[in-house]
Amino acid sequence: MIPRYQKILFVVLLIASLAMGVVLWQLRERAHKRLVAGDSSAPTTAPEVAPAEEATLVAANDNDNSLLPQVHSLPLPGDSGARARAVLGRLLDLYADPEAKHPVPGGAASVLQVFLLPASSNAQSHDAVAQLAVVNLASAFAASHPSGLQTETLTIDSICATLRANLPHVAEVRFLVDGQTRATLAGHADLTRTYLTAQAASAEGTKP
Amino acid sequence: MHWSKSAPAAFLGVAAVLGAAAQQPPPTPAPRFLVVIDAAHGGDDAGGKLDTGTLEKTANLTMSVRLRSLLGARGISVVTTRESDAAVDSNRRAEIANRLNAGACLSLHATESGSGIHLFASSLTPAQPVRFPAWKTAQAAWVTRSLALAGVLNSALDHAGIAVTLSRTALPGIDSMTCPALAVEIAPQRGEDNKVDAEPDDADYQARVAGALAAAIVQWRTEGRQP
Repeated sequence: MIPRYQKILFVVLLIASLAMGVVLWQLRERAHKRLVAGDSSAPTTAPEVAPAEEATLVAANDNDNSLLPQVHSLPLPGDSGARARAVLGRLLDLYADPEAKHPVPGGAASVLQVFLLPASSNAQSHDAVAQLAVVNLASAFAASHPSGLQTETLTIDSICATLRANLPHVAEVRFLVDGQTRATLAGHADLTRTYLTAQAASAEGTKP
Repeated sequence: MHWSKSAPAAFLGVAAVLGAAAQQPPPTPAPRFLVVIDAAHGGDDAGGKLDTGTLEKTANLTMSVRLRSLLGARGISVVTTRESDAAVDSNRRAEIANRLNAGACLSLHATESGSGIHLFASSLTPAQPVRFPAWKTAQAAWVTRSLALAGVLNSALDHAGIAVTLSRTALPGIDSMTCPALAVEIAPQRGEDNKVDAEPDDADYQARVAGALAAAIVQWRTEGRQP
């Protein structure tokens, strides 16, 4: 003879098992739908490549301490920030070349982001739409940059002059490394100050 | 004791001369010409590394000792920001130069990039002196004098047959100095084919550079005394 309490316990456990089975089934269906929905959002068409345009890269030369403009053809996005990043990426690709006259490892991946913000009131007194470019560099780039006053100054000046050549409203530039402020690029050039692109451009083409 | 008739008159005359001398201000001594030599980096901050394996902080200190000796031999007072492998904050370096009212300050660096000597003045825009200058831009009132000092150093180095490049940069420490201040970066001496003839820590090369810099400082002192 089965006791009454055992019968009740059996019924309760049976109901709980059935309920858990139903919940499990529903969760499975929900996960399946989610996977199917994900498949439908996968890219099925290749992205359009922006048309190639001419960009001016102000390249540094360690041998004669010069900054000289070079014209390159490269795909440039419409958005100004992305455009600045693309141009600077190409400039740093030049420096990553083993035969470069201003060798700096890292290449295009060293420019994480370029943010364009309204410039200071002082800069806007000359140009009402003057912009401040905040260039966020990768820490690997700063860590591998050759140490020296001349080489660090040339890197900063060439970045500033290149931004000015392609985005004329960029009047000021500040630098971040991995999103943080940093005292110097590689032990020498000050990264805490705001650089004026007009000053970098005045050094362009100069030779001793 | 016997006083002659002319004694009171002589006494009054001496008293008048002494009184006039007491009213005149004492002659001010000529300001002492003093040079601050700043061997960059030190301590945990090693700076760069030369191809010979020497750390930049060590090459800078060696050059600082050479230059100090040469200037001392020429009768010029020198104060160095460090005499050993010690960490010195860039603000402290500027404080030393500013407190001493230095006639010139040279911040010594070394690198493997480029060639010859790289002279850097502050990239701050020249400004009129003000009574209480901002710490980070105090050099602005001295940029013109610093550029003049760069011209003197350029001539001396050129005369010694050493290639020079002049440039401007933002360098913590230099930007806070209230005296003619330059950063002097020693790069390798290179030949026609860009091959390195002498590394920045080469003793003979450093001696030539130090000799040219000492001659330039002597010239700078002379020019500074001219009306």
